[in-house]
Amino acid sequence: MERTIDVKSIRDDFPILKARPYGRDLIYFDNAATTQKPYGVIKAIEDYYTGMNANVYRSAHYLSGVATNAYEEARNKVKKFINAGSEESIIFTRNTTESINLVAYTWAMENIGEGDEMILTVAEHHSNMLPWQMIAGRRGAKLRYVYLDKDGRLDMQSYRDMLSSRVKLVAVQQVSNVLGIINPVREMTEEAHKAGAKVLIDGAQSVPHMKVDVRDIGCDFFAFSGHKMMGPMGIGVLYINKDILDQVPAFMRGGEMIDEVYEDRATFADPPLKFEAGTPNVEGAVGLSAAVDYLENIGMNEIHGVEADLTQYALEKLKTIDFVKIYGPLDMKDRMGVISFNVADVHPHDVATILDQDGVAIRSGHHCAQPLMRYLNVPATCRASFYVYNTREEIDAFIESLKGVRKWFKRN
Amino acid sequence: MDGADIEEKGHNPLCGDTITIYLKTDGDVIKDASFTGQGCAISQASTSMLMDLIRGKKLDEAKKLIQEFTDMLYKKDVDLDDLGDAQALAGVSDFPARVKCALLPWKTLEEAVEEKQEERNKEDEK
Repeated sequence: MERTIDVKSIRDDFPILKARPYGRDLIYFDNAATTQKPYGVIKAIEDYYTGMNANVYRSAHYLSGVATNAYEEARNKVKKFINAGSEESIIFTRNTTESINLVAYTWAMENIGEGDEMILTVAEHHSNMLPWQMIAGRRGAKLRYVYLDKDGRLDMQSYRDMLSSRVKLVAVQQVSNVLGIINPVREMTEEAHKAGAKVLIDGAQSVPHMKVDVRDIGCDFFAFSGHKMMGPMGIGVLYINKDILDQVPAFMRGGEMIDEVYEDRATFADPPLKFEAGTPNVEGAVGLSAAVDYLENIGMNEIHGVEADLTQYALEKLKTIDFVKIYGPLDMKDRMGVISFNVADVHPHDVATILDQDGVAIRSGHHCAQPLMRYLNVPATCRASFYVYNTREEIDAFIESLKGVRKWFKRN
Repeated sequence: MDGADIEEKGHNPLCGDTITIYLKTDGDVIKDASFTGQGCAISQASTSMLMDLIRGKKLDEAKKLIQEFTDMLYKKDVDLDDLGDAQALAGVSDFPARVKCALLPWKTLEEAVEEKQEERNKEDEK
């Protein structure tokens, strides 16, 4: 796909891209871990603290009104961004992890019981695995896993075979943070609902990179993080479908989430405030709102196009290096800009350190997916992940650096 | 290695490196040492050098060496000669993200030594 946007002007919006690690140009390919922030987001946080800061919903004075409006405007913007339909459905959390834990500790604790089943995939991030292990342990429920086919995509037949009236929840990532696969979450949701199960989608790696419409997917819960989509750290989102909202009990209890409080009992506020106890991360919400503006100004389909081009380009180049093994699909069908790989006879941490000397920032390790590493039979992998501000020239430099790795170990 | 009386596992949960250290002791002397495990070049090299260094050393001497090696990686003044081949890893101190890789076996040994010393102290009390 031809690049239709001006990457130079996008790069100019990100002050950190001018960083010079060890005197080299920074090549930031660790976007699946966290993304960099444009001036607009940094400025929004500064503007919040220089002109709007006060506690939200509580006070009658001018600034409290300004801060409350900014916070609610952020909620409205996120609602439109993922087509949530209603503000009640948008709950601000710290991150994807907290969003998923919220569902586990509230809805799941009351609705999943002895003998019930939950379906996950082996590629889930620990944050969409450990909360369900906890539920399985406490409620006597059972975890079942969907594994991969020979191309590194979900084995959909085994998923369909697993669905039954015992299954109460399907929890699946929309995009894998290791393999880059895009899972057919709409189809999976439809089939889960037919079996009577609820569906939670982990959108941490999808929302930043593609157009996501939660009502089109039809899921019951959808979680994502602000910091992986150019927003600040410490702000995340949980979408709860309106139809199930009244079946979800309150989570943390305290300020802001109440209606009436007596010495021995309390009634709670309506959603979304019912789920947002305590002073929220207003600066984070305002920063996230600015990030949504920035992404929409470029266009999510355009962003997806640029990343697909970069990913295809990188895959083609990596495929020509015979000592590099790639994990995940080699073609571009249903695939995003995350590439996991290993260099023969060199440990991923050593690869990452050597690339770092050339200014290339990649991730090495288990990527919070230890069961997937075990399933792939590797201790760890290297991972390069792209965003809209990356370029083909950066991929060329990364490939050159990678070609030098084995020389360090005198392996040819 | 046959006849090990101490087995200590070390694990770096952030990157997945794992090692197991085996020690054969006689009183407070480490007679022999070996390891199994998987990890990056730095942790594997560090473990191998550590094993060579501690054979024949007393438990207290081993603890002193662990402290010196740790200090070296945090760029403190130490007598590098005590550390034998392991002083070659001084350069890791320039890579803060990798210091934990080099320290993994040393921290694991430290736990093993402390457990052994506690065990010996209890025996002495009897």
